[in-house]
Amino acid sequence: MSAVLAERGLGDRLTGLFWRRPNLLLLLMIAPPLIWLGLVYLGSLAALLLQSFYYIDEFSGVVVPEFTLKTYVELFRAQNLDIIFRTLLMSASVTLGCALLAFPIAYYAARYARGPWKAAFYLGVMLPLWSSYLVKVYAWKLILAKEGIIGWAAGVTGTTPILDAVLGLPFIGGNSLSTSFLGTWMVFVYVWLPYMILPMQAALERVPLSMLEASADLGASHGQTFRTVILPLAMPGVIAGSIFTFSLTMGDYIIPQIIGTSARFIGQAVYQLQGTAGNIPLAAAFAVVPIVIMLIYLHLAKRAGAFDAL
Amino acid sequence: MAVAVEFSHVSRHFGQVRAVDDVSLTIEEGAFFAMLGPSGSGKTTCLRLISGFEKPSSGTIRIFGEDVSNIPPNRRNVNTVFQDYALFPHMNVADNVAYGLMVKGMGRAERLRRAEEMLALVKLDGYGGRKPGQLSGGQRQRVALARALVNEPRVLLLDEPLGALDLKLREAMQDELKALQQRLGITFVFVTHDQHEALSMADRLAVFNEGRIAQIGSPEEVYARPATRFVADFVGSSNVLPPEITQRLGGPAKWSSLRPESLRIIPAEAAALAGSVTALRYLGAGTRVQIAVQGTAPGAEIAALVPAGIAVPQPGETVGLGFDPAHLHVMEGA
Amino acid sequence: MRSDDGRQGASLALRIAAIGGLLFLHLPILLIFLYAFTIEERTYAFPPPGLTTQWFGVAWNRADIWPPLYLSLKVAAISTLLAMILGTLVAGAMARTRFFGREQISLLIILPIALPGVITGMSLRSAFAIMEIPFSVWTIVLGHATFCIVIVYNNAVARMRRLSGGIMEASADLGANAFQTMRYVLLPNLGSALLAGGMLAFALSFDEVIVTTFTAGQQSTLPIWMLNELVRPRQRPVTNVVAIVVFAVTFVPILLAYYLTRGGSETAGAGK
Repeated sequence: MSAVLAERGLGDRLTGLFWRRPNLLLLLMIAPPLIWLGLVYLGSLAALLLQSFYYIDEFSGVVVPEFTLKTYVELFRAQNLDIIFRTLLMSASVTLGCALLAFPIAYYAARYARGPWKAAFYLGVMLPLWSSYLVKVYAWKLILAKEGIIGWAAGVTGTTPILDAVLGLPFIGGNSLSTSFLGTWMVFVYVWLPYMILPMQAALERVPLSMLEASADLGASHGQTFRTVILPLAMPGVIAGSIFTFSLTMGDYIIPQIIGTSARFIGQAVYQLQGTAGNIPLAAAFAVVPIVIMLIYLHLAKRAGAFDAL
Repeated sequence: MAVAVEFSHVSRHFGQVRAVDDVSLTIEEGAFFAMLGPSGSGKTTCLRLISGFEKPSSGTIRIFGEDVSNIPPNRRNVNTVFQDYALFPHMNVADNVAYGLMVKGMGRAERLRRAEEMLALVKLDGYGGRKPGQLSGGQRQRVALARALVNEPRVLLLDEPLGALDLKLREAMQDELKALQQRLGITFVFVTHDQHEALSMADRLAVFNEGRIAQIGSPEEVYARPATRFVADFVGSSNVLPPEITQRLGGPAKWSSLRPESLRIIPAEAAALAGSVTALRYLGAGTRVQIAVQGTAPGAEIAALVPAGIAVPQPGETVGLGFDPAHLHVMEGA
Repeated sequence: MRSDDGRQGASLALRIAAIGGLLFLHLPILLIFLYAFTIEERTYAFPPPGLTTQWFGVAWNRADIWPPLYLSLKVAAISTLLAMILGTLVAGAMARTRFFGREQISLLIILPIALPGVITGMSLRSAFAIMEIPFSVWTIVLGHATFCIVIVYNNAVARMRRLSGGIMEASADLGANAFQTMRYVLLPNLGSALLAGGMLAFALSFDEVIVTTFTAGQQSTLPIWMLNELVRPRQRPVTNVVAIVVFAVTFVPILLAYYLTRGGSETAGAGK
């Protein structure tokens, strides 16, 4: 038998071609997805940017495709700035709420859960993460409604005055939980909580047990070990998680539409402007705001080393 | 005898790194050829150049006279036993072994029959239905061997074939591989960093250092007459002597090597070379005596092997060293 | 015992907080099931004044539910198929070699899911407006496939990383050409990860509402139908029945995906 086998058919010929030119195969594989993402996604982002530099003719309501900064001037009107600040405030407080609630779950799962408990914790976080967003929001509409389960529980336990006092608070209160900022905040925290748990858990799992023992050996109390060792090491995970919670809150328009007051958030402004108002340029300019904020946020997070925890 | 594998001026560069640097060698048909060297010396890259997973940056490789520059791995009638065996985890042992025959279009009944034959050859008859995950390391290695041999390759390449096995198994497999090779008459080329393995199994070996071949020859040649200090140091545990000591022993002002077993302990007064014993290591068949030689830099020690049954000097004792001048090997290389 | 050190420190408070947190994640969803059986159709009164199974029949006979369901299934199926092809290709390319621009490409793949959906939606909407593309099934698919690529990609890349690279070389070494290697070695080993990725992508697409509202125009997918019911409720328990269906259609693939990839470090879904 010869040392070299004969070429049989097209498959062998192409294999030889790919072997001689490995970059050709790479190109063939990478080209379709790159063309898709480049055209569809980057193309659309470019279109968004382009639209934000157009303006709408106030009399005819028609988009005028001419370069202008008029739309951005409009974006920085007081009422629009209100929307942006309100959204940022909500994003920040939701992130804080998620971080506080996520920590015990992530810490327990990373440090103590073993065997079947580990799997249970994993699924327990994964299933709510992936299950239907709308269903979760809807569930909270049921919970927060005036006649819903929280109102009922307050009545049964005799804590209705406390609930009313909370709802009577200025700014965050309202007629009922489902028509207050507090309610909006609770739903946001609930919906994005798994996005905080997972990276936090990943970061905590990377803290070697020996490091905690070393800290204890050196005479640190539990509290000291927690403050000086665990918390700093968990920080990249918190920052990674905050990228999601911050970004997702900032871009959401469904939750504040269903649960909350009539005061608008960025997402709602974008949705209404491009839809009923037909002002696509201003909607696009509004959408540029979260992009810019997230780019700054990602840049800062990268410097804090958060991407290692993703 | 035909030439199985021929490298002429083959280089493989990865960016600035010269993994293989201007290597020329020939491997005779039917040889059991070892490529020996520390990690990063280029031996594995040479093996991958033969199988086709690397392409030379320059130079030509011929397999049985055919230039394989344009031949992809699947068309080279050369098979490899991979270091981690690379068995297909989703197939049972029989299908693993029959894989090469299947992709060549052989019918199922025939290829399974041949796979079973080959499994019998490596003493795994009856294991065909198991999954690789259910086998021990040694068994997996035999499957990998059977899977390669069933294709009747012209050259069999083995990449650190025994590296993952424990010592006892490794020694048994060494004998078995050697016997198998002699029976089948296939050219074996194997890569190892273990000099004992190379010396005991190969009938020719190439010692690699920094992408180049430091020496090529029979195990006896390489062991007794290392061409360079590197070879002397790496192959076995030879004493490498600097030029001034070579001269004191009656040789030219060049580096030389002297095997521990060529040295005898004699009274210090009569010896050209004397020193004090610093350490002893009992090896069973003999005792290795470390001696700090007088008149050399501190730390320069010479080892002598005292066979069992002869009196061993004690640490601190001053002894002389005698030797047969024929055993002093002067190295022409650096 | 040294190995028990981990367990010893878990205080009761931590345990309660952790398990309470998990319950907090799950209990609200159970309410959806309860309210599907209530006899009260105008408010969300708790506890339900009475229980009935009539709403399942009512939902079945509501003609306005079926077209959105079909549309959602169709969009999810097409988007998943496209995402599986594109995601597998890019994973294959990224696993094979290091090349210039790798980092940028991986960023590009993640971007559609890292940036808020409203941006992806508004961007597509802007592009459709500029290019005067009318809304259709395909405008929805365009958006969905884009953010589903990353799901398939993540699953495929994680599995490829775990696969011993040697088995592809072993296949070539034994005489298989590239296509035979793909068929006999790569696909059987990658299959379950791709399936898991596909199922997660399907779940994500079936449930997606934010991007869809920008790319659907007057069309209604099931989540859009639900959204309308949430804003302007009619028969509330019927919405619950539909919510259960949506929940089931997303829940089952997620659970399957988990079992398909369990045991590896790459368990599905970690990167939504």
